[in-house]
Amino acid sequence: MNIKEILKEGKDEKLFLLGNEATVRGALEAGVAVASTYPGTPSSEIGDVLSKISPEAGLYFEFSTNEKVALEVAAAAAASGLRSFTFMKHVGLNVASDSLMSVAYSGVNGGMVILSADDPSMFSSQNEQDNRHYARLANIPMIEPSNPQEIKDLMKYSFEISEKFQLPILMRTTTRVSHMRGMVELGPIKESKNKGFFRKDPGRFVPVPETARKMHGVLMEKMEKIEDLTNKSPLNRIFNRGGKIGVITGGSAFNYVMDVVEENDLKVNVLKLTFSYPFPEKLIFKFIKDLDRIVVVEEVDPVMEKEVLAVIGKYGLEKKVYGKLDGTLPMIYEYSPDIVLEGLETVLDLNLQKKEVYRTEIPLPNRPPTLCPGCPHRAAYYSIKKAVNNLGLENVIYPTDIGCYTLGIESPYQAADYLLSMGSSIGTSCGFSKATDQRIVSFIGDSTFFHAGIPALINAVHNKNRFLLVILDNSTTAMTGGQPHPGLPVDGMGGEAPQISIEELVKAAGVQFSKTVNPLNLTRTQGIFEEALQYDGVAVVISKYPCMLIKSREKRKTVTADIDLDKCENCLECLKDLTCPAIYEEDGSVNIDPMYCRGCTVCIQMCPEKAISAKK
Amino acid sequence: MKPYNIYISGVGGQGIIKTSTVIGEAAMKNGMPVVMSEIHGMAQRGGVVSTQLKIGDAYSPIIQEGGADLLLAFEPMEALRAISQINRESFVVTNTSSIMPFNITASENPYPELSVILDELQSHSKKLFALDAEQIAKDAGHILSLNMVMLGGAVAVPGFPLDREVIMESMRENLPEKSMPVNLKAFEEGFRVCLEK
Ligand code: SF4
Ligand code: SF4
Repeated sequence: MNIKEILKEGKDEKLFLLGNEATVRGALEAGVAVASTYPGTPSSEIGDVLSKISPEAGLYFEFSTNEKVALEVAAAAAASGLRSFTFMKHVGLNVASDSLMSVAYSGVNGGMVILSADDPSMFSSQNEQDNRHYARLANIPMIEPSNPQEIKDLMKYSFEISEKFQLPILMRTTTRVSHMRGMVELGPIKESKNKGFFRKDPGRFVPVPETARKMHGVLMEKMEKIEDLTNKSPLNRIFNRGGKIGVITGGSAFNYVMDVVEENDLKVNVLKLTFSYPFPEKLIFKFIKDLDRIVVVEEVDPVMEKEVLAVIGKYGLEKKVYGKLDGTLPMIYEYSPDIVLEGLETVLDLNLQKKEVYRTEIPLPNRPPTLCPGCPHRAAYYSIKKAVNNLGLENVIYPTDIGCYTLGIESPYQAADYLLSMGSSIGTSCGFSKATDQRIVSFIGDSTFFHAGIPALINAVHNKNRFLLVILDNSTTAMTGGQPHPGLPVDGMGGEAPQISIEELVKAAGVQFSKTVNPLNLTRTQGIFEEALQYDGVAVVISKYPCMLIKSREKRKTVTADIDLDKCENCLECLKDLTCPAIYEEDGSVNIDPMYCRGCTVCIQMCPEKAISAKK
Repeated sequence: MKPYNIYISGVGGQGIIKTSTVIGEAAMKNGMPVVMSEIHGMAQRGGVVSTQLKIGDAYSPIIQEGGADLLLAFEPMEALRAISQINRESFVVTNTSSIMPFNITASENPYPELSVILDELQSHSKKLFALDAEQIAKDAGHILSLNMVMLGGAVAVPGFPLDREVIMESMRENLPEKSMPVNLKAFEEGFRVCLEK
């Protein structure tokens, strides 16, 4: 399917959509006027699709510099009466959380949906935090879809509820829902109104102590009314299968429960909570009052389980609750049908005949992800290691950041020693610089620098730190699939945009030593690194060369590296110190796979025997 | 309809997600319910990639261990890594040309012998179809058509729920027009080679 088909007018049409694509369709059917994000897996494809279709669909879309800005763009649009949508990965909501708390107080006029894509089991994240807590922290309604069709339908519904109660809605998906593909029946697309009007109302939109106190009261009233709704909502659905055992679940876990229950014909009743916050206390009471045993199946934290226990305590019931807290189900990581079945077996005292599962006893080599062949980051890492060795520096600390370059953690580079979050490379370098006498070399990508690096760099200079900051500028947000950022001449909808210069930002932050280098030139790069390493203060080197994935999209490569085996002394330096995936060993000699080689010429420059050359 | 479960695995960059989407859309167009799971992101940079498809009535696309009817492996070692997905009634289609992990020279465990991999797959499944998809793809005109060789192989497996025409229609809708001749050739060849096994 061509992604433009997502714009199809159509009733009774069906498309095979990724959860993230269904999200976009939902936004279109809801008449969203403004959408914003900072790219982050598992939510990235929402932005990729919006960026392709927004001009045609007549809505405004942007890649904001970070999630906080994205949320603020959407909040202001909603305050002006437009329907707005902002979406991010779970940790992105941490960045946006400061403003999230306030928009809960002030509320919205046009509907506003905030989507958080959580990542249980951490397929591409630094943690697996459970953002259902944010609905509780901010005290705003939460909706949790289980499949692409539901995402699409619930997007529409969420905007209606948001507008009715004038509150933003938090939608939580997880990787397995965002990256699930399924059939989606289309509904009519709603034309969006794309100019709003902001009617001033400081009592509502400016939370200073006096007004904020009132706003909190208003929020509580709204949430009480919405709890009536969650108690009665058909979205919170009971699957009655008889018996005295009940399962309470939602999101992706609901799918596992249903597959396991139906396949094994288990006698358990299932309550699916989709409109999951405000927690529907009365509905829970009604569901559990005649049951003997209750199982709560949820990913990641025991959020609903504790709330069910609270209901039991409040109503003075005596019921046994099974879940994470009593060890029936695992406390962390994502679930699967196998895990859910095992848990239900304990609760139901069943001993189902197990499928015999064979696992190989051969120890298999792992296959970690790595930098692409020809990746400019590899060249930069190679040179920094050379420079550090050449100067005889020891115990160098390498704070790093979030992007493809985090893969510098792998040997032989091992140039990743400390990481907290987006932008933390620079802030933590300041700390290391004050706390130790060790040399510090810090890495951050271009997009990450715009996202959260700038305030930290100002801090570094102002507080007189000493470290080398390498800005790995590959002209894209590579890790999440190559989205643009403020350093590029394009905006989120493919239009022309003013380019913000990293060089000038660095200078404006007060950095005295700042140089730009092409990392594919090894000698020059190593030289500049050596110079920078000896500088007493904050030194910045901008290692600038486009990501190979964009490079190869733009033009065909011009040369391929080729090894002359007569000259090769089998020192294996290219294999061991460079580890370009295009270079491999076979039958005791080194080879280069012309299919994978991107012609970056780095191996040609580093081979001590000059055995590698460029072939047209 | 009891779901037909397909587990597809291989290495990032082999076209696994595209292939899975072709199958899924074909099922949908054929009036069968279908769900699929794919993993994006970090996994793409030369790491292991896998997708799971259930064609039939199912809520979740995640297959229970030992529950795959078909294991379609784009790389032999990745077939072995996924062996816990199959049972003795399952079919396996695997490519025999290997891709070494980039860090293999430093790895404690060597890359297993192909014959050992194939023996294990053979003895724990109903039938193994092993083909050199890389060579077939090159012969068809481009190594990147490897995924269509594998798709052809899958369609030839007994019990595969979709027929050739439906799959080819879905290929036309999902692949660039100019690469269609090569892709169709690769598909047909994969199909033929498996059918003859
Ligand atoms: S996507 Fe680009 S930046 Fe990322 S590893 Fe590949 S070449 Fe390097
Ligand atoms: S030129 Fe050398 S280092 Fe660069 S991609 Fe080709 S083989 Fe790898």
